[in-house]
Amino acid sequence: MAASHPPTVPQICATFGNDPTRLVDIARQVQETYGHVGPASIDAIGRALRIPRVEVESLVTFYSFLSKQPKGRVVIRLCNDIIDRMHGFDQVLAAFTAELGIGVGQTSSDGITLETTACIGLCDQAPAALVNDVPVTELNSDRARQIVRELRKHMDPKQLVTKLGDGNNAHELVRSMVRNNIRRHSDAEGGDNGAEPRIVLSPHAPPEALRKALSISPAEVIRAIKTSRLRGRGGAGFPTGIKWEFTRAAPGARKVVICNADEGEPGTFKDRVLLTERPDRVFAGMTIAGYAIGAHEGILYLRAEYAYLRPFLEMVLQRRRQAGLLGPDLLGKGKHTFDIRIQMGAGAYVCGEETALITSCEGRRGDPKNRPPFPAQRGYLGLPTTVNNVETLCAVTKIMEEGSATFCEHGSKQSSGTKLLSISGDCLRPGVYEVVFGTPLRRVLAMAGAENAAAVQIGGPSGQMVGRDHYDRTICFDDLATGGAMMVFGPQRNLLEVVHAFLDFFADESCGFCTPCRVGTVQLKRLIEKVMAGRGEPADLETMEQIGRTMKTASRCGLGQTAANPVLSTLKNFRPVYMGLVHTDPDGYRRGFDLEGAVRTSETLTGRASIHV
Amino acid sequence: MAKPRIATTSLAGCFGCHMSLLDIDDRILQVAELVDFDRSPIVDFKRITARCAIGLIEGGCCNEENVEVLRHFRKNCDVLVSVGDCATMGGIPALRNLVPLEECLREAYLEGPTVHNPERRMPDDKELPLLLDKVYCCHEVVKIDYHLPGCPPSADTIFRALVALLSGKQVDLPYGLIKFD
Ligand SMILES: Cc1cc2nc3c(=O)[nH]c(=O)nc-3n(C[C@H](O)[C@H](O)[C@H](O)COP(=O)(O)O)c2cc1C
Ligand code: SF4
Ligand code: SF4
Repeated sequence: MAASHPPTVPQICATFGNDPTRLVDIARQVQETYGHVGPASIDAIGRALRIPRVEVESLVTFYSFLSKQPKGRVVIRLCNDIIDRMHGFDQVLAAFTAELGIGVGQTSSDGITLETTACIGLCDQAPAALVNDVPVTELNSDRARQIVRELRKHMDPKQLVTKLGDGNNAHELVRSMVRNNIRRHSDAEGGDNGAEPRIVLSPHAPPEALRKALSISPAEVIRAIKTSRLRGRGGAGFPTGIKWEFTRAAPGARKVVICNADEGEPGTFKDRVLLTERPDRVFAGMTIAGYAIGAHEGILYLRAEYAYLRPFLEMVLQRRRQAGLLGPDLLGKGKHTFDIRIQMGAGAYVCGEETALITSCEGRRGDPKNRPPFPAQRGYLGLPTTVNNVETLCAVTKIMEEGSATFCEHGSKQSSGTKLLSISGDCLRPGVYEVVFGTPLRRVLAMAGAENAAAVQIGGPSGQMVGRDHYDRTICFDDLATGGAMMVFGPQRNLLEVVHAFLDFFADESCGFCTPCRVGTVQLKRLIEKVMAGRGEPADLETMEQIGRTMKTASRCGLGQTAANPVLSTLKNFRPVYMGLVHTDPDGYRRGFDLEGAVRTSETLTGRASIHV
Repeated sequence: MAKPRIATTSLAGCFGCHMSLLDIDDRILQVAELVDFDRSPIVDFKRITARCAIGLIEGGCCNEENVEVLRHFRKNCDVLVSVGDCATMGGIPALRNLVPLEECLREAYLEGPTVHNPERRMPDDKELPLLLDKVYCCHEVVKIDYHLPGCPPSADTIFRALVALLSGKQVDLPYGLIKFD
C-alpha cells in the first residue's frame, strides 16, 4: 500500500464530480479529513466547483458540524436538551471540563474538542453525547471522566462502546450502545392487551408491500393511500395521498422522493428507532412512493447526528438492490426503476423543514424557500418532489400489505392509524410507544409511568405545553397534534426554565432570514429571563404575546411561526406561574431597570460609589 | 380652581426639544393661560414644588442623575410624556451603546489620538453624576404614558398634544406631524 496521504481538497471535490450540488458532502468530507474547513480549503473548494468562495464560506458557517476553526481529532458533543439538563447535564459537563481542562468550544492540547449541542435524539437515555459519530448514553460524571481517560489512550471513539444495545444496535455495522426502548402497552397495563396494534412497528417481510404496489397501477396506489386517509407524521399532517397526486400531476419526466430523516425536533427519537429496526419499511415506502408519483430517484436525508446508522443503512440499500427491490427493474416486472441515495445533513434543525431540507440536498446552506412553488411543483433541483417523514413511509408499507380498510380500523375519521410517540422526561418508562389515534393523554402517561406529571410538552418545543386539566384530551390531528415528541415534567420542575431552554434552542437555530423570527426569539428569551429574575411586570406578558403573534403571522417558515409556542402555550395554560412572578411598581418605576447594575462599571472606573443606589 | 401644573426637564438631550417647545411662539401665552409652569428650564426651579398634571421629558437616561430626576417626575406627575426621539428611543446619545462604556471612556480620555492627559485620570469629580453602562430610553426606566416622535417634535406637535391633554380631548396629530418619510 502506498503511503496514505489524506486526499487533497481538489481530490475530494473530484470524487463528487466537482458538482456544486454536492457541496454539503464535500465540506463534510473536508471537515472529516482535516478537522475543519479553513480559509484555504474554502478557496480551493470554490475554485474546483467554480462557485464564489462566499457561498462555500456561508455554508460552512451555517451548519454546526462544519467549522472554519480547527477542531480536535475527537469532538465530544454533549446534548444540552432540557431533558438532559434534568438528568444531570451540569454534572457531566463539569466532569468533562475538569478532566479535559478546557471549556466548552475549546480543544485540549491532546486534540479533544468539547462542545454542547441541541437534541441528538437520545432523550430516552439522557444525558447523552456524540463522540465524533459514536453515541454515548446514560452518562454521569464518573463515566464522563472515564471517557476522557480512555480517549487519551486510544483516541478511538468506537472503543468506548463496550455494551451493545438491543436489536440492530448490536449489528456489526452499527455496534452502538443505543437502546431502542420500544415499549408495549402491556408493560404498564399487565397481561396481553388485545388492543395493542402494531402498524409501523410491526415486523416486515421485505418484498410483500412492494410486490402488492407493483401489481396495481400507480393511480391505484395513490387511491389506496387516499382511502387510508394517511396524514403526514412529520408534524404538519398533510394528507399523503393528495401530496403524491399533486407530485404525480406536476409536469416533468424527472421527479424525486425524499424521506425526511432529519428528526431535529427536540424530544423526538422515534425515527431513530424505525431506521434502526425497520429500515426495509422506510426504503420500501420510498420505493412505493417513487412508483406512485413516477419518480426514479429517492433521497434519504439523514441527520448528521444519526451518521452512526449510515453504514448499516447503506448495507440495507445494497441488500435491496441485490434482491431486486431497488435498481433498474423492480422485482423483475419491467415496470419501474428506482434507487435511493443517502444525503447526510450537517447539523441544522431548520433543515427538517421541507424546503430547507431540499435546499440542503442541493448542496447549499439550509435556508427555507418561499412557497409557492410547493415542492410538489418545483422541489429538489426544480423537479417535482415529494417529501415524507420516515414514519409516514412506514405506514405506507402497511397500507399496501393489509389494505386501506384494515389501516382505517384504527383511529378516527380525521386521524386514521397509529402514531409513534417518543416519551421522555419525568417518567418511569421513557421510550417509543405506538398508540392508536384517539388515545387519551392520561392513558399514554399511565403507560409511560408518568401519572404524576405536572406538565407535558406535546410535539416538542414547536408544539404546546399542557397541564393536568388537559389530560383527558386525545392524541390526534384535531386535538393534541404531535410529530411524536412528548416531554414529561414532574411537579418539581420550573416550567419557565423549560421555556427558556426552548427559546434558547430556537434563537440558536433560526436561520436569520426574517426579522420576526431572528429578533423575536431573542426578545422573548430576554423577557423570560426578566420574568425569571423577578423583574417582570404584567405589561411584559402582553408584550410577549404581541411578539408571539407577530412571529406567527410574519415569519417565513414553520420554525419562526412556531418558535413562540413555548411562551404562548404556557401563558395560556400556566398563567399563574407567570402571575406569581410579575408585579407592578407602585411608583411607576420599571422593575426591569437595574440602577445598581447600570452604574457598576462607572463605580469601578471612578472608584466612587453611586449616591443614588 | 388652581390651574394644572406642568413640569419639563431635559435629561440626555440637546435642549432641541425645549427649543421646539418655545417655538410655539406666542401660543406659549395660551399655554400659560391654561397652566402654571413648575420645575422647568424655563423657570429654573430645581425640584417639583407641587403635584403636576403633566411632565414633559426630553432626552433619555445616560447617567444616575437622569434616572433620579426621571423618577422624581414619575412620582410627582400624573401623566408623563416622552418628547422627542432621545426620550422615546435613546436617540443620538444612544449611539454610544454600540461601544462598551469602559472602551468609550478610554478612547475619550486616555487613548484617543488627540488626548493630552498626563495624569491618566478619568473624570471622577464627585460633582459629576456617574454614567450608566448605556443610554436608556425613558420607558425602560419608568412607566411613560405618551410618546411624541420627532427630532425634535415640531412646535405644532407639542402644542396640539398639550392642548389635547389639558382639555381631555383625543389628540389629533395629522400624518405630516408624526411621520418623516
Ligand atoms: C422547523 C421545522 C422542522 C421540521 N423538522 C422535521 C423533521 O425533523 N422531520 C420531519 O419529518 N418533518 C419535519 N418538519 C416537517 C416538514 O417540513 C414536512 O412537513 C414533513 O417532512 C412532510 O412529511 P410528512 O407529510 O410525511 O409528515 C419540520 C418542519 C419545520 C417547520
Ligand atoms: S422563520 Fe426563522 S428559520 Fe424560517 S426562514 Fe425565517 S428566520 Fe429562517
Ligand atoms: S430628540 Fe432631537 S431635538 Fe430632542 S433632545 Fe434629542 S437630539 Fe435634541
